[in-house]
Amino acid sequence: MGPLSIMLWAPAASGALGALLSLLAVGRREARAQDKAPDRDAAPGPGASPAARARAVELSVAGVLAALGALVALVLSLGYIADYSPGSHGLSHVTDVVWIGELGIHYKLGIDGLNVFLVGLAALLFAAAVLAANLRRWERPRLFYFNLMLAESAVLGALLAQDLALFVAFFDLMLIPFYFLIGIWGAEPGRVRATIKLVIYTLVGSLLMLAGAVATGVLAAQQGGGHITFVLSSLQAMPLSSGSQDWIFLLFAAAFLVKMPAFPLHGWMPDGYRAMPIEVLMAFSGVLSKVGAYGFLRIVLPLYPHAAAHFQTLMLLIALASIVYGSAVAFTQTDARLIAGYSSVAQLGFITLGIFALDAQGAQGALLQMVNHGLVVAPLLFIVGVLARRAGGSEDVRDMGGIGFRAPLLASIFLIVALATLAMPGSGNFVGEFLILLGVFKAKLAIAIVASAGVVMASVYALRLLIRAMHNRVGARVDSRELTLREGAVLVPFVAVILFMAIYPQLALRRSEASVKVSVAKVAPRPSGAGLSASLRGAEINEPGPSEASQGGVIQGASE
Amino acid sequence: MSAATGALLASVHLRGPHVDFAGLSPLIALLGGATLVLLAGLVRSRALRAHGTPMLALISLGAAAGLTIWQWGASKSIVSGALRIDALSLVLNLVLVAAGAGTVLLAWRSAGAREATGELYALLLTSLGGMSLLVAAQNTVALFVGLELLSIPLYVLCATDRSSVRHRREHSIESGLKYLIIGAVGSATLLYGIAMIYGATGATDFSAIAAALSSGSLASDPLTLTGIALCAAGLAFKASVAPFHQWTPDVYEGAPTPVTAFMAVATKVAALGVLLRFFDVALIEAQPSWGPALAALATITIVVGNVGALGQSSMKRMLAYSSVAQAGYMLAGVVVASQLGARATVFYLAAYMFMNMAAFAVVLVRERESDLGDSLQALAGLGRQRPLLAGSMTVSMLALAGIPATVGFAGKFYLIDAAVSGGYTWLGVVIVVGSMISLGYYLPVVAQMWMRAPAAAAARTEGLPALAGGSSELADAGPPAQGAEGPPTPEVALVALLAAAGAVFFGVIPQPLFDLVHGVGGALGGLF
Repeated sequence: MGPLSIMLWAPAASGALGALLSLLAVGRREARAQDKAPDRDAAPGPGASPAARARAVELSVAGVLAALGALVALVLSLGYIADYSPGSHGLSHVTDVVWIGELGIHYKLGIDGLNVFLVGLAALLFAAAVLAANLRRWERPRLFYFNLMLAESAVLGALLAQDLALFVAFFDLMLIPFYFLIGIWGAEPGRVRATIKLVIYTLVGSLLMLAGAVATGVLAAQQGGGHITFVLSSLQAMPLSSGSQDWIFLLFAAAFLVKMPAFPLHGWMPDGYRAMPIEVLMAFSGVLSKVGAYGFLRIVLPLYPHAAAHFQTLMLLIALASIVYGSAVAFTQTDARLIAGYSSVAQLGFITLGIFALDAQGAQGALLQMVNHGLVVAPLLFIVGVLARRAGGSEDVRDMGGIGFRAPLLASIFLIVALATLAMPGSGNFVGEFLILLGVFKAKLAIAIVASAGVVMASVYALRLLIRAMHNRVGARVDSRELTLREGAVLVPFVAVILFMAIYPQLALRRSEASVKVSVAKVAPRPSGAGLSASLRGAEINEPGPSEASQGGVIQGASE
Repeated sequence: MSAATGALLASVHLRGPHVDFAGLSPLIALLGGATLVLLAGLVRSRALRAHGTPMLALISLGAAAGLTIWQWGASKSIVSGALRIDALSLVLNLVLVAAGAGTVLLAWRSAGAREATGELYALLLTSLGGMSLLVAAQNTVALFVGLELLSIPLYVLCATDRSSVRHRREHSIESGLKYLIIGAVGSATLLYGIAMIYGATGATDFSAIAAALSSGSLASDPLTLTGIALCAAGLAFKASVAPFHQWTPDVYEGAPTPVTAFMAVATKVAALGVLLRFFDVALIEAQPSWGPALAALATITIVVGNVGALGQSSMKRMLAYSSVAQAGYMLAGVVVASQLGARATVFYLAAYMFMNMAAFAVVLVRERESDLGDSLQALAGLGRQRPLLAGSMTVSMLALAGIPATVGFAGKFYLIDAAVSGGYTWLGVVIVVGSMISLGYYLPVVAQMWMRAPAAAAARTEGLPALAGGSSELADAGPPAQGAEGPPTPEVALVALLAAAGAVFFGVIPQPLFDLVHGVGGALGGLF
């Protein structure tokens, strides 16, 4: 058990501990309340009945402990980011213990440039989600926080796992807490239906992946003649025949595309997004979709390079369809949540596009974009919740309007988030999308041109949401209020991180560069290092400038 | 004088077969326990009868478990080679005994057990003895004897529901009768198959059959193949492998819940154990012939079981179809005829015991507490009222579906591993597809417990007796009051909790269970 395990299990442990402690606290409080019942009758205290007071205790204990656990994970993950030396590409902080000897499954965790920022993102988003959840009262808080924290541990596990079977286990496991979170605390109507739909959709993908994973281990062992193993580094050393790679690739792709979700497999998304409590949705939308995209980089490209090249066009077309479909539907929706949801489909399309450019630049852009999108979509969803509280509880943009009237701070934060969403030059998202398109331009020109239209469409739906919510005529039930201190406490850190990533994307790029190259190297053997750093420098220079300059950057990069 | 006696004794020198009592001791404990329980059932004191007999049954199960562990590591043939004491039979004995102990606890306060004079436990122990015999059999005659010894008490057990609800009592008798008829057909088929194999090979011993099949073209002889097919069909009846599964839902639903739990777990363990030994030892030479056929059966079973379970409103029917599907998964381990396959099957059998015991225990608690019997609605809102029970059921459902961090995941992983290694990759995919379909009925159970409000007592249909009429245990407590709590059921809840805890523990730390089944592959000689 190494230090990574502490970060991995701290949230789940805190969730369990919180549930336990609050159970004890409630028990004691209730007993005391019964003892003192006559006294209080004589001098009725301010407010609540004993039961209500007990609930308050329960709330604070479970919630605060969960927040503590999430904070521990966040601090540790930031430590790992700071500690990670740019340029290195090997795993660091490796924990490697045999889990199931017979099956060759190891409990192997490790950090490298691919996951170091995603781990930080997951820790940040879950910390924010727990913080946001603490602003509200939940029915059955113990169960709620326990599930939320279990979800965090499972997500961190999936990101850190360096063993195929362990990855699959965590990947499946992270869904179960969400099943409860949506099913119990989701919005009526249709929460149970939505949650079953979501879980079946995603678990079908996961189970396909399970078959693929077992097949990978067994076939690799048969071809290599060794003992069966699922450790990723060993599997990479035993490449499969191209025929096996092809069908296994499809199984994995199905799992990851459902999770993201990508265009033809997004059927669970609208219902799921509508039903999910917004605090849960922040974590779900921000992190879980990234695990799918991350799986492509971590597992699919290194293990099935031949298949990845074989199916490149198919994957690029799926990505393109997601971009176009997601963007188009996003600006026909009136439910603010679904605007965010479909925009995620489009953004994840961009990320897939970058990965399957099969080029170091595209992949690096994709990785950067994963972090950026997570950083943007979570505050966006939280803002949707904030807006709904000011628009009489409705999340429909038609009921909003004029909310920015007396809330300049909210308006400006929303503006920053919206501009980041539409990848305004100067934002981190711009750098990400720029790199992605650069990679695709080299691979498939026609697809890159169509995808560029997606950038324009993003500005349409993002600005439409901003304008209809914050400006326009004041809605009938709208009560324009400034951000409360608590809401600000959730949002301001996000804005700070978004701004930081906009000013200094090299932080992520430098640290991930070497690992991404390793991940893509098997598929795209041509060395593209020189071009990458040159265009990076170009992006750096052009980034704050107006869009004409960035056009120049694209041309410059493409010509290299 | 003494010298003369000695000479006399030497001259008569009885040449009886050598009996290895040590090897037989677990079986003796079970059957002796059954006799003792029957005798104890004759005492006058009602309390002694009600609590003494199950206690005695538990003691004899404990003795059987202890003796099994005492024999651990043995690898020998006993009773003139009729039985084999090896890792396979010893591990399965342990699983059987655990399932038996769980069943005794479940049945402790059931009406059938209280009214009767301990016969329920005696039958249970006898049936367990038959199962123990069956998993050790390495001779077709012993196999048949074991199967009958297993089955006949079960026919009676199915019909032991002494509920005050007439409809339920009749259901139980119908279930017993149905099981008897179908079981008889199955036994006859098996016997016919055994006779044909004997006709073709001239042998009843598994090793002799294998030796006969390995020489010449006997392995593809029509007589042999017909015999194998009939044997497979006969055993498939017991293991509820489709298309021989039709009795399963009806019988499971009608039988008293503890008996259903016993049938679902123990019978499956015994049937798959004997399938392993019979096919992987005696018929191993004909594997190219029966491998694809069994694989097809497994596929049909997985599909039929999973699709059949969708939309069932009775938990027991749902679990019956689910057990059909699970039998299909486990058959994959038999199909590949490899050490890995045998280990995977036995691992899954142990896992299956934990998962199903938890589920049936919770169903039983709800049957006793609510008016809704074993219907899905009886579980509504359980997460709020009884979080521990609901947690057990949740673990059980997730484990059956194969979710990570439960023993079901490790088991399924192992089975798929075995299937792919044995060249049956497509069967691995079928297992996965089956698991996907199974989410469609396991998850709604979880949703029912955690995401729905408790069903009102008024939900009971007017006029008609509710499906499987509920609290049979209130037989002598008069008509149950609306919403009244049933008798306290700590031991049933204990079974649920222990089984669920086992399912989680062995899901997170599966190594002990892997170590347990490690020797099983080697026990079946001739496998690679």
